[in-house]
Amino acid sequence: MRRYWSSLWPHLWLLLGVLIFAAPIYITLIGSTHDASTIGRGDVPLLPGSHAVENYTAAWVSGGSGRFTVSPASRMLLNSTIMALCIAVGKIVISLLSAYAVVFFRFPGRMIAFWTIFMTLMLPVEVRIIPTYQVIVSMDLFNSMAGLTIPLIASATATLLFRQFFLTIPEEYVEAAKMDGAGPMRFFRDILLPLSVTNIAALFVILFIYGWNQYLWPLLVVNDRSLETIVVGMAKMIGTGDAQNEWNVIMAMAVLALLPPVAVVLLMQRWFLKGLTETEK
Amino acid sequence: MRKTVFNGTALPLLLLTPQLVITAIFFLWPAGAAIWQSLLQEDPWGMSSQFVGLRNFTEVLAEPEWRGAAWNTLIFSSSVAVLAMGTALFLAVQADKSIRGANIYRTLLVWPYAVAPAIAAVLWLFLFHPSIGLVGRALNEAGVAWDYKLNGNQAMLLVIVAAAWKQVSYNFIFFLAGLQSIPRSVLEAAAIDGAKPVRRFWTIILPLLSPTAFFLLVVNLVYAFFDTFGVIHALTGGGPGKATETLIYKVYVEGVQNVNLGSSSAQSVILMILVIALTAVQFRFIERKVHY
Repeated sequence: MRRYWSSLWPHLWLLLGVLIFAAPIYITLIGSTHDASTIGRGDVPLLPGSHAVENYTAAWVSGGSGRFTVSPASRMLLNSTIMALCIAVGKIVISLLSAYAVVFFRFPGRMIAFWTIFMTLMLPVEVRIIPTYQVIVSMDLFNSMAGLTIPLIASATATLLFRQFFLTIPEEYVEAAKMDGAGPMRFFRDILLPLSVTNIAALFVILFIYGWNQYLWPLLVVNDRSLETIVVGMAKMIGTGDAQNEWNVIMAMAVLALLPPVAVVLLMQRWFLKGLTETEK
Repeated sequence: MRKTVFNGTALPLLLLTPQLVITAIFFLWPAGAAIWQSLLQEDPWGMSSQFVGLRNFTEVLAEPEWRGAAWNTLIFSSSVAVLAMGTALFLAVQADKSIRGANIYRTLLVWPYAVAPAIAAVLWLFLFHPSIGLVGRALNEAGVAWDYKLNGNQAMLLVIVAAAWKQVSYNFIFFLAGLQSIPRSVLEAAAIDGAKPVRRFWTIILPLLSPTAFFLLVVNLVYAFFDTFGVIHALTGGGPGKATETLIYKVYVEGVQNVNLGSSSAQSVILMILVIALTAVQFRFIERKVHY
């Protein structure tokens, strides 16, 4: 009997953990299916209501009609998707190219280039907010998708990861390629890229989430409604957090904002775990 | 070091150009500008500025508001790290006990990683709002005067919980991997020698897990310092009063809302020194791990 219990306890603790973790999401999901007055009164029910369609339609089409209206979710989801894809793909492309240059060539300035890239690790956007913003304004990139994404594309982590991986590629591959008369770009395209596919997929998941969840930067460089991203837009709807807010639509908007990155993590879990453990080495 | 390489100088430099150009324009130049502006004082209309040496720094460091924000940052970051790592370690130890279940629990616990800090804040607001939140209302009905918009300590507690909630999944993945890499034979040997589970945990598991824990501590601190801007901005806006204003939030307020460039830049530079110190610690540690 004691054995039985000792093997049961871990599961009970874990189930409790899973429940606590899911609680905020569950309440939000339920809240997004009730009408504003039910939630405003504070009687949040524990079972789904019948207003799901109208709440999600309101979020999708109009972005709310309360005091803090934002762009429609359809627009903001599109903006967030474009931003996350540009950041993820951009980071991967320029990091692949620079890691390739640093590992497979010997040229003057190689170490300087490497350390310059490495230094970006120590300069997150949060510590250089104002000057970076000034650069964007002076380059006329304020309120543009380019201003939103390009400054976030440089990546030391991705470059280090690809460098690490390239260093494990056997010398014979390069020798064979050279003997067969393949030039450096041919080698890159036909041998290196196919070998890097799993690393690229792993990194893509991590970087997509990183891009989707950006907050401070979009808040600063975009004030045009048509470029609003869903994470920032959703937080804007809260305003000062008054009880009179359209909480039902806000909750529907929150669900829409967290669904895409959560889906990416759950559907691509194998690559996600690989990416997470490798980018931190 | 690779022995066989391709020849040429122009091609590798061309390949490096996009990364280096972006780094120079959006990283190095702004960082340099922050350092330069931190040494200047602008007049309130932004017409002229004069060199004042380190005066911005001495002023910032002496400011009671800055010290308050530094104290808030200390409380906030250490609480987030302890809460997120403690919970994750506990759950990982439980999951490690069941060999078949570990992967299922990992799937069930992993997804909060994908939720943006600002969205995490909003989800917890739905629970703890004093009038519409399930828990917030229950607390008030039970006689606890719960209103995070009026009570600074409650506001701090809420941003800590929201920030830690999101970070547990990350820590859980690394702790579980660390636990699973501990050889079973070592634990069995200890069990045969009569060491009880609690003792096995403190004398074998925890020491073997300490590299993972140390690495996670640095990651959690960096997360709490910088990535949680969204949590605070969406949930409390630094308030009530300045109860949840952290250093990063203060840089934003000073630079964006008050447009005090000298002071904001000096604060940015102080934070840069902090990140460089944390990164250096992290890399020294990784170097050590590689050698062993």
